[in-house]
Amino acid sequence: MSVRVKVGGGVPRERDGECRFAIHRQEKRLGTVAPWQQKNLEGYVGFANLPNQVYRKSVKRGFEFTLMVVGESGLGKSTLINSLFLTDLYSSEYPGPSHRIKKTVQVEQSKVLIKEGGVQLLLTIVDTPGFGDAVDNSNCWQPVIDHIDSKFEDYLNAESRVNRRQMPDNRVHCCLYFIAPSGHGLKPLDIEFMKRLHEKVNIIPLIAKADTLTPEECQQFKKQIMKEIQDHKIKIYEFPETDDEEESKIVKKIKDRLPLAVVGSNTIIEVNGKRVRGRQYPWGVAEVENGEHCDFTILRNMLIRTHMQDLKDVTNNVHYENYRSRKLAAVTYNGVDNNKNKGQLTKYDTVEGISPLAQMEEERREHVAKMKKMEMEMEQVFEMKVKEKIQKLKDSETELQRRHEQMKKNLEAQHKELEEKRRQYEEEKASWENQQRMLEQQKLDASRTLEKNKKKGKIF
Amino acid sequence: MSEVVPEPRQKPTVPAKPTCANISMGSQLLGYVGIDTIIEQMRKKTMKTGFDFNIMVVGQSGLGKSTLVNTLFKSQVSRKSSSWNREEKIPKTVEIKAVNHVIEEGGVKMKLTVIDTPGFGDQINNENCCDPIEKYINEQYEKFLKEEVNIARKKRIPDTRVHCCMYFISPTGHSLRPLDVEFMRHLSKVVNIIPVIAKSDTMTVEEKHDFKQRVRKELEFNGIEFYPQKEFDEDMEDKAENDKIREMMPFAVVGSDKEYQVNGKRVLGRKTPWGVVEVENLNHCEFGLLRDFLIRSHLQDLKEVTHNIHYETYRAKRLNDNGGLPPVNNPDSEEQHESNL
Repeated sequence: MSVRVKVGGGVPRERDGECRFAIHRQEKRLGTVAPWQQKNLEGYVGFANLPNQVYRKSVKRGFEFTLMVVGESGLGKSTLINSLFLTDLYSSEYPGPSHRIKKTVQVEQSKVLIKEGGVQLLLTIVDTPGFGDAVDNSNCWQPVIDHIDSKFEDYLNAESRVNRRQMPDNRVHCCLYFIAPSGHGLKPLDIEFMKRLHEKVNIIPLIAKADTLTPEECQQFKKQIMKEIQDHKIKIYEFPETDDEEESKIVKKIKDRLPLAVVGSNTIIEVNGKRVRGRQYPWGVAEVENGEHCDFTILRNMLIRTHMQDLKDVTNNVHYENYRSRKLAAVTYNGVDNNKNKGQLTKYDTVEGISPLAQMEEERREHVAKMKKMEMEMEQVFEMKVKEKIQKLKDSETELQRRHEQMKKNLEAQHKELEEKRRQYEEEKASWENQQRMLEQQKLDASRTLEKNKKKGKIF
Repeated sequence: MSEVVPEPRQKPTVPAKPTCANISMGSQLLGYVGIDTIIEQMRKKTMKTGFDFNIMVVGQSGLGKSTLVNTLFKSQVSRKSSSWNREEKIPKTVEIKAVNHVIEEGGVKMKLTVIDTPGFGDQINNENCCDPIEKYINEQYEKFLKEEVNIARKKRIPDTRVHCCMYFISPTGHSLRPLDVEFMRHLSKVVNIIPVIAKSDTMTVEEKHDFKQRVRKELEFNGIEFYPQKEFDEDMEDKAENDKIREMMPFAVVGSDKEYQVNGKRVLGRKTPWGVVEVENLNHCEFGLLRDFLIRSHLQDLKEVTHNIHYETYRAKRLNDNGGLPPVNNPDSEEQHESNL
């Protein structure tokens, strides 16, 4: 709803226009929003029909409601559901989960579509057979928590999709917790369960099989339970405050009688000519719908007739939003999902007050620290590599040096060899020249002698 | 207790057919001798000494154990009545609390001990619930054994052994819980267990009937022998009587210590907006049957079974473990009893 829409607004008229101007100027001056001004209408406009339009649309759409029942076996959960909705959800052909013995806690859903006065209600009952029945019941609440979370997750995914035409609302709107009528107080199991689930779902504690208790015992028991609930800071479903006198009286009456002591029955008995639902004992008939016998009617009226929509709203606005903010804030920059701590009371339960912004700040700091660390590491690596390279270069330098020396040596050796050869060659040359000279000499001598002989004339 | 022991040993021989030719059948007395006054003598003796009875109540908190014990013995004998603390928190582990009382009726004194087990089955993890209880029962047997094996024995050994253990079943209407089965299976071998359906005003007549059938079937299926055990029936008479009782067990009871006016009479009961549940009315609950069975007919038998069977089993085991020697630091004491088993 935009700020500009006024409550009394209708067809703009001169007076209204002036007033609007005044308000605008006021807003511009102060920068604040002035309270909406109530205007009196001067005729019948017709928007009083709005609720009817909403009603017609809703009726066409139909309603959905998911109810979860939790409690030890034998406390009359199935019977109570049958009594509440006056149908046999669990009948002899389809026996309730309590008739089947379970070894571990299961979570079972049954859907039923009921119609009344043209209004459709798609009712989903989530049952938890096996809860609290084993010898060792640690973590028997875990399947329940997982189920609720998975329904929230489904809705979150459906909400984040591109095509949001079909968004079935399967979230658990209300959890009826059945307390055994011991007459003393809550059991440790009850306290543990409620502590873990009061932030996820609307819990309505009920005293089961209340015809076990006399009225005084019942009062005592209720007081004891409420005290323990307050001591452990368990937040059960709170009825909203209304301005209406009538309604607030009713609400106060309900609040005084919390937790509600209920009796359920599948059988109809005749009492004083009337047919009522009740339980027949040798000493009398305990009527289910009699306000003096038990609080069943209060529960039914509250659950179905007056507060069903509020339960859905609280689930949507409070529990679902809690879940959503926790889930989305847990996803870090890298898209790594930090939702690893399931099953324990995670630290998110204690840091609820921190806004997403602060959480992001923290994550940023974390990220920066990580970066710094990485940088340092990289520098170290770099230095190491540099050292290595220097070393390598040095090595190759010495290698080259060595080779150089070797080559020089080779060269000198060759040089020497050549010198040697040259010397030899010189020697040979010298000797050869000597020989040639000698030969020349001889030739000369020979020719001289020949000449001499010639001269002597005796040439043949 | 040890003085009463000779008596049951005589019982089997009286109705049994004499096998020995020495015993003459039906020898006629020629006048009044006065043998039958022995019963009177015994009665006088027991009235003087009084006798003791130890009953243990086990069950989850809130099942009405203390109220039922008060109703049974028509006096405030439970733990809750004798302690100051009205608002007791559920203890974290199973505790054993024994409260002693001396009650008198018709000149007969009874030293009654009610042993309560707060904290049983109340935690989230109940796996070790049976251990403290088993330990306590064995400790009592041990104490008695030590006294018995002493050279200088006391004239009357104080008997703190648990004669009877009442186990309270929660009236879920479906079946026994795993914890119930576990407990009864372990302890039916060490002590007499009497299962009782607590707070039975929760159930209508048909529900009660169905529930009882289911519970009995489950007990049989798990091999749990509750008192009166079939194997200890001594003769046909006993068997017939006990069979009848066994058919009706477990008793569905309601306890109350408040009185209300019904039809001009004052009765013990619970007042609800739709009527008064009368505790002693057999149409309403089976408390009367339980009381008759427990106190008026089988009280002595409970003690005997505890002494002759459970205690002897324990004793035999202990002595066998020790190599036939009694577990005292007295090296001179000899084996004084032959084990009957």
